[in-house]
Amino acid sequence: MNIKKIVTTLVTLALAVSTTTAAIAADITLLNVSYDPTRELYVDINNAFAQQWQKKTGNKVTIKQSHGGSGKQARAVIDGLEADVVTLALAYDIDAIAEKGLIKPGWQKELPHNSSPYTSTIVFLVRKGNPRKIKNWDDLVKPGVSVITPNPKTSGGARWNYLAAWAYALHQPGGNDAKARDFVAKLFKNVPVLDSGARGSTNTFVQRGLGDVLLAWENEAFLAINELGPDKFEVVTPSESILAEPPVTVIDKVADKRGTRQVAEEYLKFLYTDEGQKIAAKHYYRPINTKIPIKLAKLKLYTIDKAFGGWQKAQKTHFADGGTFDQIYAPSK
Amino acid sequence: MSAPVSSVHKPIKQKDRAQTEPAVVRWLLIATALVFLALFLLLPLAAVFSQAFEKGLTVYLDALKEPDTLSSIKLTLITAAVTVPLNLFFGVTAAWAIAKFSFPGKNLLITLIDLPFSVSPVISGLIYVLIFGLQGWIGPWLQEHDIKIVFAVPGIILATIFVTFPFVARELIPLMEAQGKEEEEAALVLGASGLQTFFRVTLPNIKWGIIYGVILCNARAMGEFGAVSVVSGHIRGMTNTVPLHVEILYNEYNYTAAFAVASLLAFLALITLMVKTVAEWKIRNQVEG
Repeated sequence: MNIKKIVTTLVTLALAVSTTTAAIAADITLLNVSYDPTRELYVDINNAFAQQWQKKTGNKVTIKQSHGGSGKQARAVIDGLEADVVTLALAYDIDAIAEKGLIKPGWQKELPHNSSPYTSTIVFLVRKGNPRKIKNWDDLVKPGVSVITPNPKTSGGARWNYLAAWAYALHQPGGNDAKARDFVAKLFKNVPVLDSGARGSTNTFVQRGLGDVLLAWENEAFLAINELGPDKFEVVTPSESILAEPPVTVIDKVADKRGTRQVAEEYLKFLYTDEGQKIAAKHYYRPINTKIPIKLAKLKLYTIDKAFGGWQKAQKTHFADGGTFDQIYAPSK
Repeated sequence: MSAPVSSVHKPIKQKDRAQTEPAVVRWLLIATALVFLALFLLLPLAAVFSQAFEKGLTVYLDALKEPDTLSSIKLTLITAAVTVPLNLFFGVTAAWAIAKFSFPGKNLLITLIDLPFSVSPVISGLIYVLIFGLQGWIGPWLQEHDIKIVFAVPGIILATIFVTFPFVARELIPLMEAQGKEEEEAALVLGASGLQTFFRVTLPNIKWGIIYGVILCNARAMGEFGAVSVVSGHIRGMTNTVPLHVEILYNEYNYTAAFAVASLLAFLALITLMVKTVAEWKIRNQVEG
């Protein structure tokens, strides 16, 4: 047993592998840092864009993807994850990156529709046949109904869930903030477990079989059905919900430094083209171009600006330490 | 390979006095332990393999051949190939210093070596983000000079080194202390130089201890999740190690692929256990001899 020999072999091996890595990294690459449920969407978008880009310019572009909870991803970009573009769950998370000077102020006006090329909303995923007869938000606060949703502290989707329930209660006849608070408090009494991200919650519901209803992104709910079989789950669209606008933007500091601004901007604009919009519709997002046909049910949607006075305010009132979520949520014993 | 100890010299063990309980008690204890083992260790292991091969061998192999999976395997191998030799070098040096010499601050050094064991892996990752991250101490300087540490391979390697730091040293210190320094002293008296003593006397004595430490260090380096997750940035095909890739596949409803990749780690665990058992047995022989 010659230990010196083993060490030499290992070091040579490491060097050989690392030099090959350097050689591969010569193409143009973009890094798109996104949130959890967009993995499948951006696989398709990236392929389509790369083809188009090559046709137009002759250059090859590879788009790398990174996915995780929206807040966590924003934090990673702030800490130096070199994203050329971010496509996150909510404007608040991108604002946090802009605050650190990585994005120019006023980023949300750079692209049409508050820089959100597609929108989504919050719907219910229930078990096949809807055994609990869940039709609308009121059914979620009934005793004995078990609701699965991720933690609003860490998950963008969960914050949308929370605000959707709040907005629903607020807009009922005689609704006000106090009543909405009671409604959401009652709803969270029915939540047995809080996962940290939207995908975690979906897995809890579909794989582990916990809960009667999952509050989910509309696209996430349909994806789960497609992936796991329509014989097991069905989507229930409530009468009202919230309009979720997941925005996209170029990270100015990174794109300028890496010299990728042009391709990064084209990449985001591609999301607004007919082709990009069709891909979004295919993945059960709601494209902003209303001419693109969608298979999704109509419902009344409240915007965050009208119902809550914008993300900054909503975040402060509801999800900051000591906000309404902290006040109402006590983990069930 | 020389066998320094022959079985003839082993002291004959006395009959175990603990075995005086009635047979019922003994069998009950054994049965409890076995049921527990089956339930909490064997069953999950079997589940991993059965899920991995659920859709047949072709699907299993296809899952492993997928480019992102291959790149995660490559990254994990690179990480282990850098981490293990470094920690091997450090571990042997530290253990040698601690076991064979006495110097001021020795106890502090022993405590510091144990630090990574007592710190949560998330913290281990976070310290590197706090130092090398863009908002950290030297992040802005690194950015100016275009050096990437966190959210790139160097960060992953650093975090892994930190987490696997104690394995070799922890394994060697008690072994070397038990062996004492008489043999080294004899070698010195006979005129051997320091290095000669190390390679001809110390090293052969601790050979199996080193292998034991290295195999544990390697298993952890390849399997580490928490610390690496914090510094990885989760870029598919670039900064995902095997454990991180398993999570991603699982989250993409790609259960078969997730378990297929997980089965690689399970294989690694089984091999580790086998080598570990052999090493343990050899160490016992060396110490007793």
